[in-house]
This record gives sequence, C-alpha cells and structure tokens, in this order.
Amino acid sequence: MTDMRTPLGRVRGLGSAREGTMHFWRQRLTAIANVPLVLFMVGLMVALVGAPYEDVRATLANPFVTLVVILFFVSVLYHMKLGMQIVIEDYVHGEGAKVALIALNTFFPLVIGVASIFALLNIAFGG
Amino acid sequence: MSKTTATRARPLSPHLQIYKPIPTMMMSIIHRITGVALYFGTLLVAIWLMAAAGTAEGFARVQGIYGSWLGLFVLFGYSWVLFHHMLGGIRHLVMDTGSEAALGKDESRRAAVAMPVVSFALAILVWVVAIMARGA
Repeated sequence: MTDMRTPLGRVRGLGSAREGTMHFWRQRLTAIANVPLVLFMVGLMVALVGAPYEDVRATLANPFVTLVVILFFVSVLYHMKLGMQIVIEDYVHGEGAKVALIALNTFFPLVIGVASIFALLNIAFGG
Repeated sequence: MSKTTATRARPLSPHLQIYKPIPTMMMSIIHRITGVALYFGTLLVAIWLMAAAGTAEGFARVQGIYGSWLGLFVLFGYSWVLFHHMLGGIRHLVMDTGSEAALGKDESRRAAVAMPVVSFALAILVWVVAIMARGA
C-alpha cells in the first residue's frame, strides 16, 4: 500500500497529531490537580456552613484561601470545558449547532471564572 | 447509473441497546453524566462567592435558599455526584497506567460496583462533619 504521508510526517511519527493528544493530556493534568483543590474546597464549605457573613468574608480574604480558591476555579473550569467539549463532539452532529455549542462551552467557563475570581479579589482587597 | 442504490435504509451497526448493562459500562456512562451535572453545579459555587462579595442581605438570601430543604437536597446530590466523579476519575487515571490491578475482569468489576457505595459514604461523612461543626 502506498504511504500517503510526507517524509517529514513519517519521521515525526505523530499521526494526524493536531490537538487530540494535548486535549487528552490536559484533561488528565487538570484531573490530578482537581483532587486536592476540590477536597480543599469541600473542606472550606464544611468549615463555613451557616457561618455569618463577616466570618465567611474574613476566611475568603485569607491570602492562602484566596489563592487556592482561584486555582480551584482555573483547574476545575478548564477541566469541565475540555470534558463538555468531548460530550458535544460525541452527540451533536449538526455542524451549526456543534459550532454554536462549542463556542458557548468556551464562554460559559470563562464568564464563571472571571466573575468568581473578581468576587474573590473584591473580598480580598475591597475591604 | 449513479442512482441505483439508497432506496432502502442502510443497515446500521449495533448500538448501546443491544448490550447487557455491566457495572464497568454503567460507571463509564455515569462518569460522563456526573461530569455534565458538575459542569452546571459549578454555578452554585460561583453564585455563593459572588453573594459573599455583595451585601450582607444578598448573602443571607443565598444562604437561605441553599439552607432550605430543596437547597440542602440539591447540595447533598452535588456532593455525592462530586465524589462519584472524583473516584471515577481516579479509577480512570489508574486504568490509564494499564495496570492489571485496574483492568483485570474481576478487579475492574469490583471497583465499578464499589463506586456508588463509596461515593455515597464519603458524601454522608462530609455532611455529618458539616452538621457537627455547625452544632459546635
């Protein structure tokens, strides 16, 4: 059978290698990061159940807490964006609907992330 | 002649419904469903944070909704789904290593069957601790 690949492509040996491998890898990387970050977040929620407004804000304004919660959002939102993209690509076959949903899937985590991080910084620095 | 075929529907390859459901397959599907649920669940965390950044009254309103019976029910479901997806993810990471301990027929079945039980137990544990912490 004739090999249709270019000599360079054959040497690189990466197959079609565009974004699939990186997608797979980042899904795993964020999954690993999510484990401690989510556990911290659950612990934080448990500690703050029913706590008064001032206490919640004081805890969230702690620099360590602020930082970890920001990392939580970055990792979790990226992970869920990658995951939802796969779901859309698997089940949505109409080209227009697929493109629209993939675009929405980019905006949704971004908006949530920017809003949440802004809220956190506002609590941390807003006084 | 180019239009001789396609008068009859073409045969399709068998899909999901012909397979007998088995634990590993169910857990794979549930992993995806829980992932989609968590995607929207993140909104709950974001709303809570934004409320904390706002006024005391607004925060109290959100706390009130989250603390209602419906709110608690949703939050408990959220925590169960979260642990289920986390355990499933760890399972997948172990399976990615190709180890026999994760991929063997009996081992993988046992891990899959344990998933809902262990995740439910973890969710209960978190809520017991939360309720005790609140009482203290």
